[in-house]
Amino acid sequence: MKRFASFLATAAALIAAPLAAQPIAITGGKVVIGDGSAPIEGGTVVINNGRVVAAGTNVPIPFDAQRIDATGKWVTPGIFAGFSRIGLVEVGAVAQTNDMNASGSPFSAALDVQYAINPFASPVAVNRAAGITRAVVSPSTSGSIFGGYGAVIDLGQDENPISKARAFQFVELGETGHSRAGGSRGASHIHFRALLNEARTYARNPAAFDSDLLKASDAKALLPVINGSTKLLVHVEGANDILKVLDLRKDFPALKLVLVGANEGWRVADHIAAAKVPVLASALSDLPYGFEDLSATQSNIGRMKDAGVKVAIGMINDNDAHQLRYSVQYAGNLVALNKVPRATGLTWDEAFAAISSVPADIMDMGGQLGSLKAGRQADVVIWTGDPLELSTQVEKVIIDGVDQSLSNRQMRLRDRYRNPTPGALPKAYDR
Amino acid sequence: MKFRALLALLAGGSLMAGCAATAADTKSASAAAPAKTSKSSRTAFPSTYKAYPSVPTAVTGVTIFDGEGGRIDNGTIFMTNGKITAIGGADTAIPGDATIVNGSGKYVTPGIIDVHSHLGDYPTPSVSAHSDGNEATSPVTAEVWAEHSVWPQDPGFSRAMANGGITALQILPGSANLFGGRSVTLKNVPARTVQAMKFPGAPYGLKMACGENPKRVYGGRNRIPSTRMGSLAVNRQTWIDAQDYRSKMNAAKPPKRDLGKETLAGVLDGEILVHNHCYRADELNQIIDMSKEFGYKVTAFHHAVEAYKIADILAEEGICSAVWADWWGFKMEAYDAIPENAALLQKAGACVIIHSDDENQIQRLNQEAAKALADGRAMGIEISDAQAIRWITLNPAKAMGIDAMTGSLKPGKMADLVLWNGNPLSVYSRPEKVWIDGALLFDSGDPSRRPVSDFELGQPGEGDVK
Repeated sequence: MKRFASFLATAAALIAAPLAAQPIAITGGKVVIGDGSAPIEGGTVVINNGRVVAAGTNVPIPFDAQRIDATGKWVTPGIFAGFSRIGLVEVGAVAQTNDMNASGSPFSAALDVQYAINPFASPVAVNRAAGITRAVVSPSTSGSIFGGYGAVIDLGQDENPISKARAFQFVELGETGHSRAGGSRGASHIHFRALLNEARTYARNPAAFDSDLLKASDAKALLPVINGSTKLLVHVEGANDILKVLDLRKDFPALKLVLVGANEGWRVADHIAAAKVPVLASALSDLPYGFEDLSATQSNIGRMKDAGVKVAIGMINDNDAHQLRYSVQYAGNLVALNKVPRATGLTWDEAFAAISSVPADIMDMGGQLGSLKAGRQADVVIWTGDPLELSTQVEKVIIDGVDQSLSNRQMRLRDRYRNPTPGALPKAYDR
Repeated sequence: MKFRALLALLAGGSLMAGCAATAADTKSASAAAPAKTSKSSRTAFPSTYKAYPSVPTAVTGVTIFDGEGGRIDNGTIFMTNGKITAIGGADTAIPGDATIVNGSGKYVTPGIIDVHSHLGDYPTPSVSAHSDGNEATSPVTAEVWAEHSVWPQDPGFSRAMANGGITALQILPGSANLFGGRSVTLKNVPARTVQAMKFPGAPYGLKMACGENPKRVYGGRNRIPSTRMGSLAVNRQTWIDAQDYRSKMNAAKPPKRDLGKETLAGVLDGEILVHNHCYRADELNQIIDMSKEFGYKVTAFHHAVEAYKIADILAEEGICSAVWADWWGFKMEAYDAIPENAALLQKAGACVIIHSDDENQIQRLNQEAAKALADGRAMGIEISDAQAIRWITLNPAKAMGIDAMTGSLKPGKMADLVLWNGNPLSVYSRPEKVWIDGALLFDSGDPSRRPVSDFELGQPGEGDVK
């Protein structure tokens, strides 16, 4: 994240003072590291130069640190949304503001969300104020099983949101893949294999590449998928579809697969665990939306976790562009399952990790993001209480060590209409 | 989930619904005599619902939110013959033969009520063969009845009960049309037929819609309405025709029955409650003026994401706002939604309902109310926990015209209630038991007390906790 002086000058009112120059010590709070360990009462978090220096008890506080008293509060890493479309949409049904997919484009795998993600979109500000600091941003699909490159972003108020461009390629291989490929799973799988083989042909002699199936740009985009240097996020829900995706590695052994959705993952959890394929899953999907979701249950994540699957919470086709703030509520609901007979939930510590360190780990960014371990980029949120509880509010959001504005147009509207009756002048003058 | 509904909407097919419920006073402003033919439809497709067997049961030592804004700590509630018999403190008398449920550390609320659902008419699996919520072939289809689309085997009903404590709900037509058709109010009791779910004695509702959906659907076909002004023109002409029909039906030689106009006459007679999907503040106000022009009352505006901008007007008019806690941004008319909408309405003294319009969120209306409550408190609006429970119990019951029978825990009312395993305003709480008319229809500790629809029988995951 970088801040530009010109932006500061023009938008000074929106932006809190940078904290970068001085170390910050947040003291007295209940500190959650985010790695699945238990919260630490009366902990201290020290950050400097945009990084976490230390977090826990007996943490030395630099003499020149700015101190923030968090007594009675909770201090956690920022929430890492495991799967989303934040920044790609301002208003869902206004096509010009919706960059999730490109039904009129001749391209597929080469499409790249990094050029579309708008850090100034109001959903970014709204979700930042709710403690969401990082997100996996995926394209969706339209004319092909491949959606294109996704990214990992921060939700900071500066103009550079990209934490990792081209972090993964996105593909549909369930019911959606069936229709994208022309009407059968046989087609989607043969399509997948044929496109990857065409890409190999491209790699052997790019200059001579001439394919009826694949444009050169798309072929180029698939090469890092084949050799495993770019992850492949596969949206798939049904148990049988999951098994068929795991089988893809027989033909393409280097694929670095991540399952997205996996509503029926619990039924084949041993296979997923044995394949060491991580999952970005829906937390509360529990209805047979399609026949691929027949056995969907809120216990899916807990059961997969118990089987040894690395699993994080994502917003898969579920309020994915506007409501990443549901992440904490969803995690809390998985904790609630522990009190429901026969259900399988997550412990509180596991549930918080599923929206912080685990998605970061799944994106191979756990060394930089997703927790308050020393050396991590300093995304820190201070909450009035238990971050998973519905009554809790966000008090402070720090991204890369920079204190963030929590203002957004929802708050401005709220304040304008605190009293709905116009005063001496119309509401339009009330700012 | 919303995303799927929105996709369908963009395709111009099935539309996300959204409408309005009714206020407590549903008397028509018109002085004319009721149309004789309304009675014909009153007796058609009658409810065959019968309460299931119950045993006298008392929940003791429990925290009670009574649905009317009251709270009793260490309370007792006793039900017998399907009715609430007694409610009070620890000294409440219980007959010796009653089944006692120890509610220590737990909470009781009235059964949760959703004023806005499409369970059954947009059931899961969400395949096109099941898309029965919008008769999107004409902007005025007052003649259709949602109950004729409801598939009782929708697995969503069971989820709403087991995870959400839903005991009654209104199924509405969608919002493709200006006049979507009649709603139906159901007891959330599994049944072979929709008649066996129909809430006995519940009035009908009329679903109306304003704003983007009708003009997109019909404008896209180069038909009126393609604009908001077109919508109001069609609306007003339709009411003029309904008034004409109504007066002719009261004449010596009434004309042939007209199903659509029969429903509209029922609204003018004050027998059918208007539930109006509408988002923007300026449009809510247009609808209010139209209702005054034709002498009917809007019971509730549904979705009403900008209701907070005219909370004073809505309070004065006595119209409920059925809202989400925090949905926003999925279309232009939802752009100015704010999470404090419900709390600002409450502060202004207006009627607030939290609704779902969603087969997933209907499973946690308690949590949605809790979020709306928290956002109100964060801006300094004082609202009690018990009041927030009223948003999902008595207030929707009033808007559905069933508040004399259910919606709060008063002696003589139906024993529709939920025992929660913790505070229902906490994310960590779930229904433990659900009684409908005193019959124990869900028990989280007893797999045999969990409904499994025909669709799920013999399928993977049958009878799972979901």
